[in-house]
Amino acid sequence: MSMVLFDVPGPKARARHKVMAVIGIAAVLAAVAYVIMRFIATDQFSTRRLDWINYKQIQISLVEAIGNTLSAFAVGAVLALVFGAIFAAARLSDHAWVRAPAAVVVEVFRAIPLVIMMFFFYYGLPVAGVKLSAFTAVVLSLMLYNGSVLAEIFRAGINSLPKGQSEAAYALGMRKTQVMTLVLLPQALRAMMPTIISQLVVLLKDTALGFLITFEELLRWGTRIGGDAVSFGRPMISVMIVVAAIYIGLCLLLTWLANYLEKRNRRNKKVVKLDGDRPNQVQLAESSAVLGSGSTL
Amino acid sequence: MSVLTNNLDLFLRAFAQTLQLFAISAVLSLVLGTFLAALRVSPVPVFRGIGTLYVTVLRNTPLTLVFVFFLFAYPLLEIVKIEPYTAAVVSLSLYTAAFVCEVVRSGINTVPVGQAEASRALGLTFVQMLGNVVLPQALRSVVPPMTSTMIALLKNTTVASGFAVFQAGTIRDSLSEQGENVLLGLLWVAIGFVVLVMPLTYVQQVFEKRWSVAR
Amino acid sequence: MRVRTLAAVLLTGALALTACGKEGSPTEQGAPAGLFEVAKDVKVDGSPTFEKAKTRGSLVVGVKEDQPGLGYKDPTTNKYSGFDIDIARLISAKLGFDPEKIQFKTIQSAAREQALINGDVDYYVGTYTINAGRKEKVGFAGPYFVAGQDLLVKKDNTDITGKDTLKGKKVCSATGSTPVKRIRDENLTEPGNILEFQGYSQCVTKLLDGEVDAVTTDDAILKGYAAAEEGKLKVVGKTFSSEPYGIGVPKEDTALRTKMNDILQASLDDGSWQKIYDGTLGKSGSSAEKPKIDRY
Repeated sequence: MSMVLFDVPGPKARARHKVMAVIGIAAVLAAVAYVIMRFIATDQFSTRRLDWINYKQIQISLVEAIGNTLSAFAVGAVLALVFGAIFAAARLSDHAWVRAPAAVVVEVFRAIPLVIMMFFFYYGLPVAGVKLSAFTAVVLSLMLYNGSVLAEIFRAGINSLPKGQSEAAYALGMRKTQVMTLVLLPQALRAMMPTIISQLVVLLKDTALGFLITFEELLRWGTRIGGDAVSFGRPMISVMIVVAAIYIGLCLLLTWLANYLEKRNRRNKKVVKLDGDRPNQVQLAESSAVLGSGSTL
Repeated sequence: MSVLTNNLDLFLRAFAQTLQLFAISAVLSLVLGTFLAALRVSPVPVFRGIGTLYVTVLRNTPLTLVFVFFLFAYPLLEIVKIEPYTAAVVSLSLYTAAFVCEVVRSGINTVPVGQAEASRALGLTFVQMLGNVVLPQALRSVVPPMTSTMIALLKNTTVASGFAVFQAGTIRDSLSEQGENVLLGLLWVAIGFVVLVMPLTYVQQVFEKRWSVAR
Repeated sequence: MRVRTLAAVLLTGALALTACGKEGSPTEQGAPAGLFEVAKDVKVDGSPTFEKAKTRGSLVVGVKEDQPGLGYKDPTTNKYSGFDIDIARLISAKLGFDPEKIQFKTIQSAAREQALINGDVDYYVGTYTINAGRKEKVGFAGPYFVAGQDLLVKKDNTDITGKDTLKGKKVCSATGSTPVKRIRDENLTEPGNILEFQGYSQCVTKLLDGEVDAVTTDDAILKGYAAAEEGKLKVVGKTFSSEPYGIGVPKEDTALRTKMNDILQASLDDGSWQKIYDGTLGKSGSSAEKPKIDRY
C-alpha cells in the first residue's frame, strides 16, 4: 500500500479505519442490492431472457463473433507492431529527409480519432471507387493509429537508454544497424514491455469500434442477440454482462500472458539490468534475483 | 474545399458540440477520477478494493460497450430516463475516470515516502503536507499523462456517432444525406481533429521537457 | 503448469457449452403448408440466370436478415422468415426449385446492385424500392408490395395521427435513410427532435422505452416490428410516400423478369399472395392493398 500520504496508523486511527470500512462495505452492498432489486423488478433474469444461452446456434455464432474480434486483434496487432517498428526506425534516422516525413505521419495519425479513420476507409473510400470490407477497414485503422502510438513508444524506449550504450558500441566498431539490433533494441524492448502490452490491450478494446461500421464482432453480436424481441424479449442486460465479462477476461488474459512470457524470458536468459542513474554499472543477474521484482499485474 | 465552405455551418456546429461534450465529460471525469484515486491510496483496505475493482473493470471494457450499455441496456432497468446526450456524457466520464484515477494515483506514488515522513517530522499538518510538499511534486508527473488522457477523451467523443448524438463524427451522415462528397468531408473532419489535438500535444511536450529538467 | 490447467479449464468449458445446446427455435413459424407447390418442367427461354441456376441445381437469393416480418434470420436456427422470404420461396417454387434448394444470402442495402451485377445472387427480395436510378443498373419484377413511409407509435398513443402531428415530438429513424431525410426536408419536426440510430430495431427499443414518440420508415418494416412486439405498438396507417418493392434481377435478363411477373400476377389472382401476407405482415393487424404489376 502507498504510505506516502499516511503514517502507520495508531490505535485511534485503526479504530477509525474499521468504522470507515464498515460504512464502505455497507454503501457498496446497498448499491449492489439496489441494482439487483432493479434487475428483479424489471424481470431481467426471467427464464425467457436467459434462454438465449441454451441454443446451439447462438453458441456457435458467439464463438464466431469472438473469433472475428480476435482475428481483427491479431492482424491489427501484427501490422501495428511492424508499422511502429518501421516508423520508429525512420524517426530515429540520421537523415532529416527520412525523419521529418515519418514524424509528420506519426503525429497526424495519433491525432485523428480511430472512428474517423474507420469511417474514412469504410464510407469515404468507396466514393473514390475503392471498396474495403469492414474487416479491412478496422484492421487498417488499428494499424495506422496503434502503429503510430507504438512508434512513439519504441522511440521513447530507445531514447531513454543511456548514451554510453551506443557510444560504447560504436567504439567497438559496430555499424548503425548492429548498434540498434544488438545493443539498443534488446534493452529497450524489455523496458518498453509493459507499455507495449497496455497498448495492445487498447488495440483489443478498440476492435469494438468496428461495431460502428457494422463489422461482425463480439459487441455487434451482443446487440443483435440482446435486441432480439421476437424470441427472447430483448435480453440486453444479460447479454451485455456476458460480453463485458468476455472482453475483460480477454484483456486480463492478454496482460497475464504477456507478463508470463516476460518472466519466462527473464528466467531463461542472463539479464542485463540497467540502473538509470549509474549507467556504467551494468549488473548481470541470474533469474532468482530478478524474479522477485517482477511486475505485479 | 467546397465541401467545407458549403457546409461551414454544419462543421462549426458539429465541432462546437464535440468540444461541449469533451468539456463536460472532462470536468466530470476529473472529479470522479480524483475521488477514485483518493480511494485507491486510502489507508482503508475496503476503499482500495473498491477503487481497484472499478479501475480494472472500466479499463478493460471497450468504450463502445459502455455506450451500448447506457443506451440500450440501462433503460431496461427503468431507473431514471436519460437522453442519448446524457448517456454519452455518462459513458465518457465513467470510462475516462478510470484512466484519470490511474494517472493521479501513480503521480502521488512517484513522490518518495521520505518527503512525507520528513514533513510529518517537521510537524506539518496533513493539509500542509499535501498542499506544500506532496501535491506540487506529484503534479509534475501528473500533468503530461493527464494531457494524454484528455486528448484521448477528446478523440473518444466521436464514439457517440453510433448513438444518436450530434457531433463531429456525425458530419458524415449529414453530408451523405445531402449527396456531398463524403471522402473529402471526412478528410476535413480529420484535419479538424489534428488542429484541435496538435496544440495540446505541444503543450504536453513542453511541460514534459521543462519538468524533466527541473527534477 | 498454470497455462496447461487454464487451457484445460477453457476447453472443458467450451465442450460443456456446446454439448448441451438446444436446437430449434422458441418461436418457430412455418409457411402455410401446401402454399409453395413446386412446379414441374419449367422453362424460361432465353434467361441466362435461370440456366445457370438449373445447372447449379439451386437458387441463390439475396435477402435481409434484420427485419422481423419481412426478412428476418432467427439467431437460434439461422432460418429465414418473413414476407419477403415467402415471396422468394413462392418464386423459386414456381420456377421449379424445391424450397430446400434455396440458398438465402444476406446482402446489405448498399451492396444490392453490385451483388446482382456480379452475379453473386440470382435475384434479390428485400424491401428493394423500384426507382429510375436503380433501373439503370438492375431489372425489377413486380412490384410485389407497395409500401409507404409511415409512423410507428405506442398502442395507447392518440396524439400522433399523421405526418402533420409530429411537431414537438421525438422521431427516430435510421442514419442517412430516405425517411429521415424527408422528415428533415419537409420540416415535420424540429431538427433537435430527430434521433438517428444505425438500425430501426434500435429505434424501436427507444420507442418501447418511451424515449422517442415515433419511429418512421416504410410501413412494411414498421408492421414487421409491430407484429413482433405483440400488441405494444401500432402503425398509424397514413402513408406519406410510395415505395413500390420489386424483385431485383440482372438487368439484361428480361425473360426471367417476365416469368416472375407472371408468377406474381398468378399469386395475386389465386389468393396465395394474400395468404403470404396474412401469415407474416398481416399479424400486425393492418391490411394491405394488392399491388399492380408494372411490366415495363
